[in-house]
Amino acid sequence: MQDGDGDEETRAIRAGVAQLCSRFDGAYWRTCDRQRAYPQAFVEALTQAGYLAALIPEEYGGSSLGLVHAAAILEEIHKSGGNSAACHAQMYIMGTILRHGSTAQKRRWLPQIAGGEVRLQAFGVTEPTSGTDTLSLRTTAVREGDRYRVNGQKVWTSRAEHSDLMLLLARTSSREEVEKRDEGLSTFIVDMREARGNGLTIRPIRTMINHSTTEIFFDDLEVPADNLVGEEGKGFRYVLDGMNAERVLIAAECVGDARWFIETAVKYACERVVFGRPIGANQGVQFPIAKAYSQTEAAALMVRKAAMAFDSGQSIGPAANMAKYLAAEASWAAGEACLQTHGGFGFAEDYDVERKWRETRLYQVAPVSTNMILSYLGQHVLGLPRSY
Amino acid sequence: MKVLVPVKRVIDAYVKVRVKADGSGVETQNVKMSMNPFCEIAVEEAVRMKEAGAASEIVAVSCGPQAAQETIRTALAMGADRGILVQSDEALEPLGIAKLLKALVEKEGPEIVLLGKQAVDSDHNQTGQMLAALLGWSQGTFASKIEPADGKLKVTREIDGGLETLEIKLPAVVTADLRLNEPRYASLPNIMKAKKKPIETVTPADLGVEVAPRVKTLKVGEPPVREAGVKVGSVAELVDKLKNEAKVL
Repeated sequence: MQDGDGDEETRAIRAGVAQLCSRFDGAYWRTCDRQRAYPQAFVEALTQAGYLAALIPEEYGGSSLGLVHAAAILEEIHKSGGNSAACHAQMYIMGTILRHGSTAQKRRWLPQIAGGEVRLQAFGVTEPTSGTDTLSLRTTAVREGDRYRVNGQKVWTSRAEHSDLMLLLARTSSREEVEKRDEGLSTFIVDMREARGNGLTIRPIRTMINHSTTEIFFDDLEVPADNLVGEEGKGFRYVLDGMNAERVLIAAECVGDARWFIETAVKYACERVVFGRPIGANQGVQFPIAKAYSQTEAAALMVRKAAMAFDSGQSIGPAANMAKYLAAEASWAAGEACLQTHGGFGFAEDYDVERKWRETRLYQVAPVSTNMILSYLGQHVLGLPRSY
Repeated sequence: MKVLVPVKRVIDAYVKVRVKADGSGVETQNVKMSMNPFCEIAVEEAVRMKEAGAASEIVAVSCGPQAAQETIRTALAMGADRGILVQSDEALEPLGIAKLLKALVEKEGPEIVLLGKQAVDSDHNQTGQMLAALLGWSQGTFASKIEPADGKLKVTREIDGGLETLEIKLPAVVTADLRLNEPRYASLPNIMKAKKKPIETVTPADLGVEVAPRVKTLKVGEPPVREAGVKVGSVAELVDKLKNEAKVL
């Protein structure tokens, strides 16, 4: 038990998640990883137990919980040795509909998302020529009567093959036409069940981790105008608050990874005897683990602070970004310490260390890279001169 | 039919237990605590009985410190209807707990007390048997199968060398063995609902039960560290070592 485990309710949720995760051991995750397979059984168990509907209000079939609880759920999954990337987006992408959608859209989609009958876990934002520079995206949606015609391309759209709906960000007015820089983009709910083969093509991208990511092509895809979320042209603002929530949740996953690495490293360092004593007695082995442990505890506090601020309705840009930065650094430091402690055995698949190490490396890059966070803090929080 | 399910809060089964430096017990500060796994099996069985229509109400009971309320909440999240915490900060022994449970049985009037065969912390395996004796009820221990039928229970027990099936009269005390069932994990909505289910708190004094310890723990120690083995050259050397060094022959 660590400090910051939360109140009795959060502890009960943690215990529940840990119990569920205990049915999905290292062998399960290793098999999924080796076969590049979607962890279907795990995702189903998590869905049926209601965890992915934590943030959805009770009136739509969820549990009306906050980001603090959602963060605890994801942290526990990662702490157990598992990985929630296959389904974490089901928790938070719906936030854009919840906060900015019409009552009809909420009634139509949220109960199905809460029940797991419909998966909304693909978020079409990034494009080959625009990564973090979201405002320069080129996919267009042109209104034609009661429909929009979508053309363009997205990349690094995770889980598209395992999602029924996609939240799409596309340009509805050119950059020259809009008054404010951040206008002209709109968000749409794309029903991929109807769209595949009718203007939507999904192509998987193989990566160094089992992440089910894809690139997506839109070729005259028709989207009903009813599926526009909120007002046309305001889409960028709608996805921003969702991105901050996402950063906090990913940070919680990093904390979970870090805790797994530290626990695993400590266990091995105490058991492995070389030259007549456990290797953990050597400070060269001890200190990196101790350092990563302190980093992890500090990051966990920042994650909690950001999540609590989000739940109380405050704007959390700086806190969410710092939480993500600190947690990703902590999980990487812990991963490095764990791999190094294990020596050659760290490279053996059966120890799960190499898999977790590859998985946690992602967080230095996604969903926002470490450098982008630092430049955001430098320019927008500290007021340093603009770099780009 | 009302079922009473006593549950115990113990150090989580996956935690490496550490002995306190002064040898007075084991370290429980900042250690993850969970419901005793055999108690989970008992709760699961009671919930299945209720789902099958054989049980009408499930009351989860825990005897221990205030924190044991969390263990009761776990049982409520799995499907128990309400809870009773017998709050005591003193270390309770099986006889004390059996007496507390007897008092609760007299108050609540259940027909079955379903509990784990033992707790993984102290491994006593006594509470169920003592309770049955104090109540003068039938008992079915180490149950791997329980089938209710007309005021009776058919209990299959795991015994040395096989299975034994008993028919016992109600009311009865039944203790759960490992293979009785695989407990469910609580869903998030049920964890949230459990918060609203009532937990009554009583003390041993309220129940008129004296729980002062009768057994004194003299010392708790770590198991001896396993030493490396040796290779012997011949059978004669092996016999000699077994006789003179290990002193087992």
